[in-house]
This record gives sequence, structure tokens and C-alpha cells, in this order.
Amino acid sequence: MPVFECEGRMYEVDEDGFLQEPERWSQDVAKDFAQTEAIADLTDGHWKVINYIRNYYLQFGIAPMVRKLCKETGYKLNEIYQLFPSGPAKGACKLAGLPKPTGCV
Amino acid sequence: MDDASNGKPKTELLDQLEEGPWPSFVKEIKAASQGSEKATDLLRQLERSYEERKGHWKHGGMVGVLGYGGGVIGRYSDLPEEFPQVAHFHTMRVNHPAGWFYTSDALRTICDIWERHGSGMTNMHGSTGDIILLGTTTDQLEPTFQELAQNGFDLGGSGSAVRTPNCCVGMARCEWACFDTMKLCYDVTQAYQDELHRPAFAYKFKFKFAGCPNDCVASIARADLSVIGTWKDDIQVDDAEVANYAAAGVDIQKEVCDLCPTKTMGWDGKKLSIDNRECVHCMHCINVLPKALRPGKERGAVVLIGAKAPIMQGALLSSVLIPFVPAEELLDTLKELVKRIWDFWDEYGTNRERVGELIQRVGMPAFLDGIGLEPVPEMVAAPRDNPYIFFETKNGGAK
Ligand code: SF4
Ligand code: SF4
Repeated sequence: MPVFECEGRMYEVDEDGFLQEPERWSQDVAKDFAQTEAIADLTDGHWKVINYIRNYYLQFGIAPMVRKLCKETGYKLNEIYQLFPSGPAKGACKLAGLPKPTGCV
Repeated sequence: MDDASNGKPKTELLDQLEEGPWPSFVKEIKAASQGSEKATDLLRQLERSYEERKGHWKHGGMVGVLGYGGGVIGRYSDLPEEFPQVAHFHTMRVNHPAGWFYTSDALRTICDIWERHGSGMTNMHGSTGDIILLGTTTDQLEPTFQELAQNGFDLGGSGSAVRTPNCCVGMARCEWACFDTMKLCYDVTQAYQDELHRPAFAYKFKFKFAGCPNDCVASIARADLSVIGTWKDDIQVDDAEVANYAAAGVDIQKEVCDLCPTKTMGWDGKKLSIDNRECVHCMHCINVLPKALRPGKERGAVVLIGAKAPIMQGALLSSVLIPFVPAEELLDTLKELVKRIWDFWDEYGTNRERVGELIQRVGMPAFLDGIGLEPVPEMVAAPRDNPYIFFETKNGGAK
């Protein structure tokens, strides 16, 4: 299993860099992973998206559909890509500590 | 597992695929393995798959380039220690030019880029229509993308997005094209760049454009939205050329008239007559007598919806949505229509449900109502034989 290391902190990840131990997630973990997604600083906008995805995941066990994500956060899809350059699935879900999404986002 | 005598991978089972008169992907991968270690490991892993009757690619990698949510298909071997060169073997899809026209320079450029950044192996073209670049590692994706972009290429669609629109060669080479397929394909590609690169749908959405009912891109079987050229007036007939065919030995009665699906043609040994009201535009007669017959002059296209290959559920053929759109109105009509279709699909489609499946589930009447179209007889297969459709004669009585 690959390991992602950030300033001495080690995380088990899958081959695409998604966190393998969802219970380890915290805001600091999201900050560490932000570096792997070409995001310099996590702004309020980022947190709005991350928190929405995280809460949806805790409630339903899956990632929200893209359309729902946009509707609920009020961001257009291209604005989400401005926040998370690799997109909602690969970028935002990774920072929210979700295992790799299989379907929707 | 290698053949000790020559250091080449052992490929007993794969070798069988080279037999026979057909082109063989095994032959091509072997040729590529002369210069590429990735191709060698690919052969080894493939041989193993045939031995064990089991695929060795893991399902569903998620990799990509910045700014796009598609265009790259992540692929990992589940035997990375044994076949390290294909441990990562991602595919990149590159948007092909409409009609697949390239200069040899452009092809060389793509091949050079791919030899630097990937396995060097390509698939021209995949069933999506895209240029498929086979086999690279995650760290090479962004550099490849940048280099492709600098040379005027863009990635194609993948995932739950608009897939790279695809068309037949149309007016560039084919006299039967009833509209400019290449232009429409290009315009649609440009119009939906966002939807192509940033997946936002329940599932994929494919556009395909065929210039005439011969449908050389099989749009009726594979596109969610098929646009197929057709004509409204009469088939153009050149009597002198018909006579030439007859003189050259073509049995007009047997090979043309008798094979017309609606038997709407007559041949008295001198003149070919067509009752165009009964013609279903199948192209048969035109295909047999290309010099003598051609599509009418009032040209445009029929827009159909809902085809798909059998992946999640069974295969579907598309159904007529708009029986005729004049060629010059196609782009605007499509834009308006697609907006309504996507709104409906967004609202009612479930995850991984193609538009055609949604229509099957809710029923065509509900779908038409949802997108604001009136039902017309052309939407029904064989309307004249359908007991649920009532035709009226011109002066009002039932037919
Ligand atoms: S679909 Fe028709 S117009 Fe297009 S290439 Fe084929 S025969 Fe020609
Ligand atoms: S196009 Fe087909 S249906 Fe029409 S006249 Fe020719 S053979 Fe008959």
C-alpha cells in the first residue's frame, strides 16, 4: 500500500492518493492533502465544499452527485474546478478524506 | 516465464491470435515491444490473462490533468511486482479532428509526444472516435497534456460527460452528405467544451453525426443523440445513367426495385419511376446506382435519441425525435433541444442511467411532454402498420 508523507506525518493511501483510513480525517489532514492537488491555501470556499462533501459522506456513505454538490454549495461546476483544479471527484473528495468515489462525482 | 532461447516473452496463447488473414493487435504489440519495455510487459500480462482466463487490470483508477475531470482513464495492473512496466498503464483520450483528417506532420507530432511520455502505442481510433494513447504513468499525464495543448490538441471526453462528438466524413469526400457533418461536429464540440471536460451528468452522453441514412458512424446504434442526414423532396434521377447501368448488365428490376423495402419503384425496361411518398429513405437504390440516383435537393437531418451499447442494460436503437430539420437550422435546433433534454435528464435520471434508459423507464410520452415536443407519427417505427395510429385522409375521413 503506498504511503503519503507530509512533514513526518504518514498516511496510507491507494494508488491514486486517496486516504485509506477515513476515521483519521481532520482539517489538518485536508491541509496536508491540499499540496498534492495543486492548492496553495485552503480558503473559506474550499472549506464550504469539503465540509459539504464530508457531511454528506458521513450521512449517506457515498459522495454526492456533482449536480447536488453544485446546487447545495451554490458554486457552478467551473468554479469548483477553480477551487479544486483536478475537479470534485479527484480533488475535493480526496481532501474531504473520502475513499475513491466509484460513480458519481 | 520468458522463452529462455531468445529472451522474448512467452506468448503461446497470444500467438494464436496472429493466425488467419486478419490484422492482429498481438502483432502490433509485438512490433512495439522492439522499442518499448511497456509493450513487453503488456504482452506478458496479457498472456497470463489468457492462461488464467482472468483480466489483470484493476477496476477504476482516478487520475487526470488539472482543470479537467475527464480525458484520462486510470489503469493499474494487479500484478505490479511481476509486470512493473505496466504497474501504471493509463490511457489518454485525445479529441480527434472531425472526419479524422490529419496531416502526416500532425500524426508524427502525436506519436513523438507519446513516445516521450508513454508507451508509444496508440489506438487510431477507439470506438469513441478519439485518438487513444495507451499506457503511461501518473507523473507523465500533466506533461503530456501540456505538450499536446501546445501542439493544438485537446483531450477528449470520458466518464459521465459529453463524449467527444463524432461524425462521418461527410461533404469532405462523400456526395451523399445531406448536411455538413464535419462542421456541425466541430461546432457542437466547441459549444459543449464545459460539459465535455467537466463531467456533470448522471452518465455519458454521445453525439454522432451521419450525413445520410447509410449512417457510417453507426449513430443509430451508439449515440444518445444521433443526427442523420436525409432529404424531404424527391430522389434525383438521371434517366440516361439508369439506362447505362441497365446496358452494363445491372438487373434494375431484381437488384433495385425488388429490394426496395416499400416496393415503391417501377421499371419498364426503359424508365425508372419512384413514388417518393412511399420511400422510406433507406438508401438502397442510391447505393446500387450511385451515378444515376442521388438524394433530393431539400436536405437536412433527422434527429434521434436514446441509443446505447449493452453495458449497464441491453442495447437500444435510437428513436426519432424530430423527423426533419433543414441543414442550416441544425445547430440552433440542437442547442435548444439538448438544453431541454439535459434539464429533464438532470431532474429525473438516476445515477448511471443513459437518456435512452430514462425514456424507457418513464415512457416516451412523459419524456416528450417534459421536453415540450408534440408526438408525431414519424416517432413510431412502422407507423402505417401500427393499430394505435389513426391517419386521416386530406378531406377528413379515416384511412
Ligand atoms: S453516412 Fe452517408 S454521407 Fe456520411 S460518409 Fe456514409 S454514405 Fe457518406
Ligand atoms: S431509398 Fe430505399 S425506400 Fe426509397 S426508393 Fe430507394 S430503395 Fe426504396
